[in-house]
Amino acid sequence: MKIVAVCGMGIGTSVLLKMNTEKVLDQLGVDGQVEAADISAARGSASDANLVLTSAELAEELGPVDAEVVVIDNFFDMEEITAKLKAHVEG
Amino acid sequence: MDAVVSVLEFIGAEILNVPAYLIGIFAAIGLIALKKNSGQVIGGAIKAAMGYLILGAGAAVVVASLAPLGELILGVTGSEGVVPTNEVITAIAAEQYGANAAYVLMLGFIVMLLLARFTPLKYVFLTGHHLVFMSVMIVFVLSIGFGEGSGWLVVILGSLLFGIVLVAVPAFVTPWVSRITGNDSVTIGHFGTAGYIASGAVGAAVGKKSRSTEDIDFPQGLRFLRDSMVSTTILMVLIYMVFGVWAAIAMPHDEFIGIMGSASTPSALMACFAQGLQFGIGVAIILYGVRIMLGEIVPAFQGIAEKVVPGAKPALDIPIVFPYAQNAVLIGFIASFIGGLVSLGVIGAWLGPAFGVALILPGMVPHFFTGGGAGVFGNATGGRMGAIWGGFTNGVLITFLPAAALAIIDRLSEVSGIDAIKGSTFGDADFGWLSILLGGSILVGNHLLSVLLILLIGAALLVGAWVFQVKAIDKGWLPAREHATWRAEVEAADKAEKAAAAERAKAEKA
Repeated sequence: MKIVAVCGMGIGTSVLLKMNTEKVLDQLGVDGQVEAADISAARGSASDANLVLTSAELAEELGPVDAEVVVIDNFFDMEEITAKLKAHVEG
Repeated sequence: MDAVVSVLEFIGAEILNVPAYLIGIFAAIGLIALKKNSGQVIGGAIKAAMGYLILGAGAAVVVASLAPLGELILGVTGSEGVVPTNEVITAIAAEQYGANAAYVLMLGFIVMLLLARFTPLKYVFLTGHHLVFMSVMIVFVLSIGFGEGSGWLVVILGSLLFGIVLVAVPAFVTPWVSRITGNDSVTIGHFGTAGYIASGAVGAAVGKKSRSTEDIDFPQGLRFLRDSMVSTTILMVLIYMVFGVWAAIAMPHDEFIGIMGSASTPSALMACFAQGLQFGIGVAIILYGVRIMLGEIVPAFQGIAEKVVPGAKPALDIPIVFPYAQNAVLIGFIASFIGGLVSLGVIGAWLGPAFGVALILPGMVPHFFTGGGAGVFGNATGGRMGAIWGGFTNGVLITFLPAAALAIIDRLSEVSGIDAIKGSTFGDADFGWLSILLGGSILVGNHLLSVLLILLIGAALLVGAWVFQVKAIDKGWLPAREHATWRAEVEAADKAEKAAAAERAKAEKA
């Protein structure tokens, strides 16, 4: 599956979110590709992605995109990321 | 024997001196250390190297769009105009200083890991783009200062200093971050820190009895500025149009249309508009390159750090504090931008004509991210007043610090005969004070003395952070304790009042 991690610039927090997401995917045993993006780039990348991960405020700014948007409240809470990804990977 | 030497020479000159290949090799080493499979190692190394090369492509676009602007500003104001944007100056400087910067990035990270392992300063700086910017800034200033043939001195001195800065800066900001987040699980690793601490301190001074920004119903209409491509481009088009119209009025007609390469004034003005867009395009390309490169390097760095210093506190990018006070982000940004404009006015009206200080035009990215961050820090220690005046202070700092840094770099470049880069410079506060200290040390004129002074700066930062860690952070010191207590009381009173009102409404109904 393809996942897009989004932050304002696409180079800071989104890279950290991408890293944590990759770790979670590893633990879940899911073969996935995660990419970091800013809002503009994410709108394009979302077209062939399964999920978009971002914060609540940026999710609003991002608006509707082709992939499902999942809001992550704390980019460093591995349990939150795991729980939210699990729901989508299995469901 | 000769063959061996020439092979080594070839490797030295054609591979280990090419920053993109170095970055690729470092990424590969990191990925191998993390026991990734061969496909991931090869893919990661290639992407890291390509990302670095993309920086250069973006730099070319940005430089082309900045050149006419520089001529227009010089033509109408008589001063040099500079747009501080970290991405831009890094991409431009990396072409010349990239190889040494790559060594400093790698070795400095190792110095940081050692410090985190063996001193109480247990921080791992993970904000990838700031790692890259800072390594380039240090190498840039030292190389211009020490002149040709100073490669190894620059790398060794630069790596030591870089490693120290990477644990010291997060240490100084940690209590302020704890005041915002209410816990001590993460801290900020971002080189706008001087602005954040200043904002926190100003907030504590002016906002003793000021309520939180988050109680205001603040219009969220400015939020589109968080989309960096939009905000960078809008601001640059505006700056270009202001100076375009000014030049159309104040400059000789032929000269103006000559600079813009157009046949008439209207088409020259449209060329200004188009050049503003070009700047946005260049920054977008650079950011794309940074993103591709960091996507490979940061995980490798983090993986290694986890093994060497387990349990160290991650020092992260500034937007992680934004969710704690979203109104304060916008208030801080606006206040910072106004602070930048006021400072620009001071430079334009007085410092520029009197001392030849360059006009520091407000860069959107620094004002948004560091101004927004300063707003959050100011709000945490001094509520609304804190967010406003803290943001403003940040805006003043990120105008005067780059101006002073540029003046020093210009002097260095006069002395050493190496051309400094025109048109852009580093935006955030810590790049400013550190390059002033470094450049100032080199300007004493004696290289041995300069090296000693720079080592002394490093030692002072390390000892200062160490003492602060042991005496303040480990003892649980938090800034603005009174304000926090007062705010907690006010918020509790609000809550009680709301509850009472709800009770009354219920009673009336019954």
